[in-house]
Amino acid sequence: MRLRPERTVWRLARPYLGRLLGAGLLAAGTELAGLALLATATWLLVSAADRPPLDTLTVAIVAVRALAIGRGVLRYTERLAGHDAALRVVTEVRTRVFAALAARRTAAPQRSGDLLSRLVSDVEAVQDLLLRVLVPGAAAVLVGLLAVLGASAVAPVAGLALAGGLLLAGVVLPALAAVLTRRTAARVAPLRGALAGDAVDLTAGAADLAAFGATRAALDRADARARELAGLERRTAAVGWAVDGLGVLLSGATSAAVLTVALRAGVDGVLVGVLAVGTLAAVEAALALVGAARHWARLRTGLTRVADLLAAPEGTPETPTGTFARSPGTPETSTGEPAPSGEPGDGSGAEEVARRWHCRVEEVSLRYRRPGPPALDGVSLDLPAGSRVAVVGPSGAGKSSLLGVLTGMVRPDHGRVVLNGVDLPDLPVDRLPGIVGGLLAEAHVFHATVRENLLLGRAGATDDDLAGAVSAAGLLDWVRQQPAGWDTIVGEDGGQLSGGQRQRLLLARALLAAPAGILVLDEPTEGLDPGAADAVLASATAHAGPNRTVLLVTHRLSGLDRYDEIVVLDEGRIADRGSHAELAGRPGWYRDQWLRQTDAERDYLAIST
Amino acid sequence: MGLGSSPATPAGHRQSGAPVSRRRPFDPRLLRRVPGARRQLGVLGALGVAAAGLVIAQATTLAMVLAEAAGGRLDRAALAGFLASVAGRAALLWAQGTVAARAAATVKATLRADLLDAVGRRGPGWLSGQRTGQLATLAGRGLDALDAYFTGYLPQLVLSVTVPLAVLARLVFADWSSALVIAVTLPLVPIFGALLGWQAQAATERQWRRLALLGGHFLDMLRGLPTLHLFGRAPAQVTVVRRMADRHRSATMKTLRIAFLSALVLELVATLSVALVAVPIGLRLLGGGLALQTALLVLLLAPEAFLPLRAAGSQFHASQEGLTALDDALTLLGPEPPAPTAGSPHAHRKRSTITVPATPSPSGGPTTPTADRTTAPTAEQRTARTAGQAPTGTADPPRARATDRPAAAPVTGDPDDRDRGHRPEPGRHGEIGFESVTVEYQRTTALRDVTLTIRPGERIAVVGPSGAGKSTLLHLLLGFVGPSSGRIIVDGTDLAALDLAWWRRHLAWVPQRAHLFGTSLADNIRLGVPDAPVAAVRDAVRAADLAEVVAGLPDGLDTPLGERGHGLSSGQRQRVALARAFLRDAPIVLLDEPTARLDAGSEAAVLAATRRLVAGRTALLVAHRPTLLAGADRVLRVEDGRVTEQEPVAALPREVVA
Repeated sequence: MRLRPERTVWRLARPYLGRLLGAGLLAAGTELAGLALLATATWLLVSAADRPPLDTLTVAIVAVRALAIGRGVLRYTERLAGHDAALRVVTEVRTRVFAALAARRTAAPQRSGDLLSRLVSDVEAVQDLLLRVLVPGAAAVLVGLLAVLGASAVAPVAGLALAGGLLLAGVVLPALAAVLTRRTAARVAPLRGALAGDAVDLTAGAADLAAFGATRAALDRADARARELAGLERRTAAVGWAVDGLGVLLSGATSAAVLTVALRAGVDGVLVGVLAVGTLAAVEAALALVGAARHWARLRTGLTRVADLLAAPEGTPETPTGTFARSPGTPETSTGEPAPSGEPGDGSGAEEVARRWHCRVEEVSLRYRRPGPPALDGVSLDLPAGSRVAVVGPSGAGKSSLLGVLTGMVRPDHGRVVLNGVDLPDLPVDRLPGIVGGLLAEAHVFHATVRENLLLGRAGATDDDLAGAVSAAGLLDWVRQQPAGWDTIVGEDGGQLSGGQRQRLLLARALLAAPAGILVLDEPTEGLDPGAADAVLASATAHAGPNRTVLLVTHRLSGLDRYDEIVVLDEGRIADRGSHAELAGRPGWYRDQWLRQTDAERDYLAIST
Repeated sequence: MGLGSSPATPAGHRQSGAPVSRRRPFDPRLLRRVPGARRQLGVLGALGVAAAGLVIAQATTLAMVLAEAAGGRLDRAALAGFLASVAGRAALLWAQGTVAARAAATVKATLRADLLDAVGRRGPGWLSGQRTGQLATLAGRGLDALDAYFTGYLPQLVLSVTVPLAVLARLVFADWSSALVIAVTLPLVPIFGALLGWQAQAATERQWRRLALLGGHFLDMLRGLPTLHLFGRAPAQVTVVRRMADRHRSATMKTLRIAFLSALVLELVATLSVALVAVPIGLRLLGGGLALQTALLVLLLAPEAFLPLRAAGSQFHASQEGLTALDDALTLLGPEPPAPTAGSPHAHRKRSTITVPATPSPSGGPTTPTADRTTAPTAEQRTARTAGQAPTGTADPPRARATDRPAAAPVTGDPDDRDRGHRPEPGRHGEIGFESVTVEYQRTTALRDVTLTIRPGERIAVVGPSGAGKSTLLHLLLGFVGPSSGRIIVDGTDLAALDLAWWRRHLAWVPQRAHLFGTSLADNIRLGVPDAPVAAVRDAVRAADLAEVVAGLPDGLDTPLGERGHGLSSGQRQRVALARAFLRDAPIVLLDEPTARLDAGSEAAVLAATRRLVAGRTALLVAHRPTLLAGADRVLRVEDGRVTEQEPVAALPREVVA
């Protein structure tokens, strides 16, 4: 078994080794206090039976009291110290994981929400590794060693017997438990996955099943799978719990063995009792390793994923770095308070504004899966500075992929994007956002205030700047109405906002960002009613000004008569291009869509008035 | 023995959790819902009693061994007894774990089956968006959280009752004064536990919002990474992530300091109680008033009385997730409210008797012959349903228990021969009539007072703005919803009285977005006809213009589709749905905007296949695109829940197909 993920955690935990060591020592102290308490109390009683004068027992009596209180206090401090150290390491891991993802510009957009949630729990596996495996494991080993030393001091043979029991309880049984846990997980996990799929099929596909009379068959299949899982769980439980049973047996047997050999070796009767009771406690402490081993076996998959993620950027840089590129992992331009908390910008935007940017997309092709249909297939566009170009087409036609290529989020398989004669990958990573930017389909609203979300677009924007952009997006009245104004919290991914408000906030942020070259807008009016959509699109386009190019992706065709060129994408290819008048005048997807939409919107307006 | 062992540390005081609501440690609904688990839980209780007995036996024999050993002698009989009781405890621990895991497996399998069965029984109308997700999660992985509850918490709960009682009983015989002290101090553990729990909860509840916010920050940042990239802020955000993670740590530590304090207090209570017992024992021993063996027995047993209580307390936290899942499942399955909405169709039925349906039937279609036969059972069933009972004609299938049957589910009920309603002669259908049908959902009225007749062989296009109630028309015919008032007459019989499975065999449905299952492509097409021969599937594939797609797949028809049909484009998915309909070969086809969301290329293919499917059948086709209207005999316009007849396509000059 290779220990690469553990080594990764170890490397990250190194600055906190002192704290972890402290937590481990406190944990060992807790166990030792418990062991000593039992041993001393036994010694006290057995000695007292010989009726010695009371003062010979005073030290032991004080010791018992101290150990009893001390054990609780030690446990309390140990738990706090352990959690503190583990959480510090988790902070480190979170930061590293985020930095690793932040460094690869191209990988991010394709990650689904489920994967991200899993990543979050994978990072928390680090906490479990430290708190449930490393600290208790180390403590158990230390206690075991000290117990053997102590027993050997009384009688070497007793020490030997104890060592044998501890080896079985602390090494053999944990190894067995880890193997069983891993094997069980390997068999149970696919079944649980399949059952989760069945559950989705039976709920999300309930209507299809009912309409086609297939519900019973699907239910029977799921039921058979649930039974199979239940059977497997029953069988594996019987084996797994046998390990725990063996542990109990081992503690009693070791104690009996120690007692027997100690008596044979002629150890003083008082100490024999101490040895026997102490052995019980020591073996039980070692059995903590069984639980630790089980946790370890369960955590490894998640830990491996974290280690893979952290290892990737060092070996293989994802973004090819061009002439004036610098290492992507070093954020030296940004100091102080970064957004969303607001931070003065690096000024690159002002420098770019002076220039006009001419962009050309040349024969770009892209395929996400292989085999699979191409997302983009030989797409070329010419975007002179200040032009207004719209990209339309059915869902999945490649519109968002085109924007992804243009903003450098996705690297095309073939073809290139040229900005003022410079290949896009040759631009330094930190300059591109100042040239191309705007509103993308996967735009995220952060769980922060309105202001913080906006400042992400342009750090250091004044309230007037904010008001200008928000007003162009048609959200200013709403912001003014809020009791907290700009400091209104928007909720998780804008959950406290309506769909329209969220969309306007995203648009305002894009307008505020005001990239010098191309403002991309992916469905900027989604979720707005037709009247509002027209107004917002017009004001947003106007806000861009004469020098800036606007590239609009939309499924709504209203307002496109003011655009210089409309490109119809279909299955990754340019199916048609021209002005609104040209496209609406000839048969094809555009005219169909245009007629349908004007019809539907007339209906809508008729109903809503 | 237990004094040195520490109950498992609840390491996962997880960041994002909500305040723990107080739940009862055992939900009695479980026994009613899963009778199969009763025996296993009973065995668990018996094992708990036996385990308590063995705790006593082990302490007694060990005290004997130690007392003899103090004099340098080995009491072989007592040692054998000690080893035997240890072996017994080992076996019992194994048995407890195994039985608890078996109970968990039984409960999970039963609840899973019941949850999924509820979907089949109550039908798609019962599923709202939220309920779908909750059900899928619960029936999928959610219930696995019960493992920790059953194998960790429940056995400890049993022991925390049996062991203290057994210890007290033993000590009354050995040394009653010690027993008295323990009997008095033992209740302090739960009392202090409850008091401290309330205190800690009050103190931490104020922290939870803050903790949840800070804990969610990392995920928020990961989700927003593309946005951060776009604005060039990703590298700068690293320090923010660190700072927020660190704040999260200090906030967590603040709550943990309080949470762990309660564990400390409980431990000290137990320790002091043991000390209260031990000090007089030692003094009496010193004074010669007590045998060493008894003193050792008291010393060994006293902590055992306190241990299970504290262990159960520390397992409680870990078992919460399972208890929540259990509660969710039992609540979802529990007796439903008295069917208020369109989801359960017969709630607002006003008429309590039925007359022979007098369907206006200009064509003189085959309406009346079946009508007489239907009257009696129909009326009977209706009264039965309005009275909130199971339909009278129901032959209980083996798995269904009478008590589980929902009051008003039959229309949406399991399609597979559960609901033995009336079955007219199989074959072609007659006229379908809507008589003043109104459908009310919780917030809106989908259809108002709709009356219309669909004659066999008619091709009817349904148009209108989205949300106007077009899909509801189809869902009524599919039996997914029932009319809130009015009724639907099929061939002279109320649809509500028909055996729904039988009726649905007349229907083929192509929804807006068909669900594709994680099986092979062939099995997906065979959905309605599971035993269809391969040749028939191939014919359907050709008819749906899917042959080229199939040829391009690595294993052809046997290619497994990923979850939710991943791997096929929307046009291809739609053609799979059409292939299903072709194979179903039903006299009535219901198409719900089959070309919505499709690109031009796919649309043409789907359109051509749709025309082939519709030929020679009765068709109800919800259309959004003008191209779909061509060839319709009638056009119905649905607007704001009202249906009006519109001129067919020829009279609409703008919508002539280009």
